[in-house]
Amino acid sequence: MTSLFEEIHEAPPADVPTRRVTITVNGQRRTVEIEPRLLLAHLLRHGLRLTGTHTGCDTSNCGACTVLFDGEPIKSCTMLAVQADGHEVTTVEGLAGPSELHPIQEGFRDEHGLQCGFCTPGMMMAAKALLDRNPDPTEEEVRWALSGNLCRCTGYQNIVKAVLAAARKMRGDAPAESSGGTESSGGRESS
Amino acid sequence: MTQALDELKIGGLGASRKRVEDNRFIRGKGTYIDDIVLPGMLHMEILRSPVAHARIRSIDTSKAWEIPGVRLVLTGEMLASRNLAWMPTLSYDTQAVLATDKVRFQGQEVAAVIADDPYIAKDACEAIVVDYEPLPVIVNPTQALAEDAPVIRDDKENQHDNVVFEWQVGDKEATDRAFEQADVISTLDLHYPRSHPSPIECCGSIADFNRATQKLTVYLTTQAPHIIRAAVALVAELPEHMIRIIAPDIGGGFGNKVPVYPGYVVSILASILLERPVKWIEDKTGNLISTGFGRDIYLHGEMALRKDGKILAVRMHTTSDHGAFYSDAQPSKFRIGLLHSAFSCYDIPVAYLHNRGVYTNKAPGGVAYRCSFRVTEAMYFQERMMHAAANDLGMDQAEFRRINLVRDDDFPHRTAFGFLTDSGQYVKCLDKALEAIGYEDFLKQKEEAKKQGRLLGIGISTMTEPLGAGNSREFDILGIKMFDSAELRVHITGRALLRTGAKTQGQGHETTWAQIVAHELGIPAEDVVVEEGDTDTAPFGMGTYASRSTPVAGAAVAMAARKVRAKARKLAAHLLEVSEEDLEWELGRFYVRSAPERGVSIQEAAAAAYSNMPDGLEPGLEAVAYYDPPNMTWPFAAYVVTVEVDPKTGVWDVLRVVAVDDCGVRINPMIVEGQIMGGLTEAFAKASMQYITFDAEGNCIGSNYMDYLLPTAWETPGFELHEVVTPSPHHPFGAKGVGECATVGGPAAFVNAVLDAIKDTGVRNIDMPLLPHRVYEALTERHDVSGAPPVRMD
Repeated sequence: MTSLFEEIHEAPPADVPTRRVTITVNGQRRTVEIEPRLLLAHLLRHGLRLTGTHTGCDTSNCGACTVLFDGEPIKSCTMLAVQADGHEVTTVEGLAGPSELHPIQEGFRDEHGLQCGFCTPGMMMAAKALLDRNPDPTEEEVRWALSGNLCRCTGYQNIVKAVLAAARKMRGDAPAESSGGTESSGGRESS
Repeated sequence: MTQALDELKIGGLGASRKRVEDNRFIRGKGTYIDDIVLPGMLHMEILRSPVAHARIRSIDTSKAWEIPGVRLVLTGEMLASRNLAWMPTLSYDTQAVLATDKVRFQGQEVAAVIADDPYIAKDACEAIVVDYEPLPVIVNPTQALAEDAPVIRDDKENQHDNVVFEWQVGDKEATDRAFEQADVISTLDLHYPRSHPSPIECCGSIADFNRATQKLTVYLTTQAPHIIRAAVALVAELPEHMIRIIAPDIGGGFGNKVPVYPGYVVSILASILLERPVKWIEDKTGNLISTGFGRDIYLHGEMALRKDGKILAVRMHTTSDHGAFYSDAQPSKFRIGLLHSAFSCYDIPVAYLHNRGVYTNKAPGGVAYRCSFRVTEAMYFQERMMHAAANDLGMDQAEFRRINLVRDDDFPHRTAFGFLTDSGQYVKCLDKALEAIGYEDFLKQKEEAKKQGRLLGIGISTMTEPLGAGNSREFDILGIKMFDSAELRVHITGRALLRTGAKTQGQGHETTWAQIVAHELGIPAEDVVVEEGDTDTAPFGMGTYASRSTPVAGAAVAMAARKVRAKARKLAAHLLEVSEEDLEWELGRFYVRSAPERGVSIQEAAAAAYSNMPDGLEPGLEAVAYYDPPNMTWPFAAYVVTVEVDPKTGVWDVLRVVAVDDCGVRINPMIVEGQIMGGLTEAFAKASMQYITFDAEGNCIGSNYMDYLLPTAWETPGFELHEVVTPSPHHPFGAKGVGECATVGGPAAFVNAVLDAIKDTGVRNIDMPLLPHRVYEALTERHDVSGAPPVRMD
């Protein structure tokens, strides 16, 4: 069991109501006792220490907190944790095992789909939801599916490429020529 | 003979090396400020003013203290008793930490609560009762400068109006004379709206004061950790060696994370008082309404023109709105930053600029939002004035620029405002952009479309900007000169640790700095680990902003590596039993000139530095370099945008965006292109939707992401990138700054394109952002559309 910021409460006030909820997070059943007002993003980040889910805007606009809720992308900063009772949640930490990478993660790295990295987990979870239901999206479909997620660094072009590259890899198609380079791809011709 | 190293294969200069930092970010394993948990940590929340201008009659915190879990409630009065209610700003003004006498803008910090968890702290903030006596609100400089305007900064002695400063540059008399000779005088009035850098991650701090060791450790979202350490030492009067600032992974900065904010200061004080770590994480509204904004400056511009298209002189009268406190985070000796870098790419004999800075009831803290300070405004004013002037002359936009651009053989070129530009191929860049977009064809298409009632437009923006503050003669912060630093330690196995005084926030330093070492020493980039952001370990540097990292810290990396190479040469000479003069260097290896097969690799030299050094030579292979650039770097860019405007709605769509950037030698082309695309997106954002404004009551419009519109993947157009390479003549490996060029030069291309599409209306200007209703108003009413905040009429 865990309360919100477990190691902090030296003398938790007695009159704060709590609820016991059970949530399957990244395939693991977790039972926690929490205040009903606790946001899901905060439970994930602080209670369960899954800090890959970020909070950016508090108003469900930026999408940094996007996780999968029974497979659907949701903004975890505006869902109460108690609403997740009995449901499955997947975070960025659940995309792949510790020593492996999901094709979406590879796509973001290979296509330079991230810079500061803050929006990246939410962006990848939104991409996963898209590719789970549509394995062969057009560029337009990718852009629409990611339109609930803001990025201030990249200008999205490489994010879109990353998702399309991941889709190809997940379908088993031959990879298109990468625009993001490799150690050996070399520089551009100068003029 | 051994095979020479392939620089691209070891991840050297020019390699599109994949980013090292991505390995943690794509796994959700970055460590941002809010991911850090310290034992016994408490949480702070700030109570902000809901009103823009009011006297504080009283603050009642008793109900907040009663809430279980509340550890401390702080007000301005309590800070005043410790002489901390006000702090000095980076522009030599003062700024309230927590308000005492008055609140001067909506969102100003009034009180702070420290509690066991952030929910309790928020509850307690709501329980604080503040009695405000409303005062007249000013959100527009015109109103601020009116004779009977209330004085916003009545806390300052000798401040009897709302003028912050007046500043001028250039040759006024010669400029006036040139205007008398003009065939045509072109004028333009516009407002560059207030904007907010708005990284997705807000600001935050964790202050941890340890009474036993007397050491203060502060985890901080800062782009400039060493400057913060100096500032904290000055403000909190703590000994500098007992302060450690650690900037963890940062979720975007764009200038927003350069200043010192009240939240940082209060969390430090709270930690000292409570002797426990105190975490403060700002929410989005707090970030948008109280922290460093960009722009907010008005122009009356005039250009003296000869009939043949030659520019004879430029006059710029500008008014800058600084908000309630003059806390511009700018490092130059010039009061209005580098606004006078305007027109640097054009050959103009004389110019004059006058600026007046004004206090208003708006958030303080002008920052260089993805630019060198005020360069974005400079280039926007420049390219909007160029657009209007070409139309006034009846000349082609490209031809008018071509006539006036500085020629390739005119460098070094002294600009009309006194800067020294040093390199570039301006006309070549412009021509490359025009060719890429198919300029002549588009002009024909445009005429064809017009016959069908469709409005197509094309916008050009060409500019050079000064990047890489500074040189120490003209640039400092709090008196500290704008150099930067690197420290390189090569270990016994030839692997290396590199630290710099810069601080990456997405620019990829962990990847690119290692590439510079690979270029200079032949040590594979993957054998070099890069660390930044910890003032206890990194050499003293001025941080990352103003596109200065590559020009200054990147140069320091090269110089440190060259010092290492000089010592490695001694070791190689010892190992080969020849004199240093007999050695030649090729990438990664010294060899004997007369016997090239006899050589010593950099790794072998490194091993000798620890295991087989000659008598009298200091062991080890390390170097520190401090680099003071002789000049700014001057990248050039040509941006061309085509649009279609819907005459029925004022909605405009971007058809194509072509960018030609000449930023000198590119360390990592993939990363450079990423920076340019990010910059173009911010340019599109500002041209189309992103701005902060205020109503007459001083309410901030744009205080959250429902009102502060940022483009998503759906709205953002595609970008076509091209390059020209003119190496910087003074940078160690010829690089120039680039991270901000597209944000600086981009907006005018979008706006010029829309105005070109509606040229037949005679409208000279629509203020950014070009929201559909503004464009519709211009189309239907046929007058210029101002975006300035309202002037209160009562």
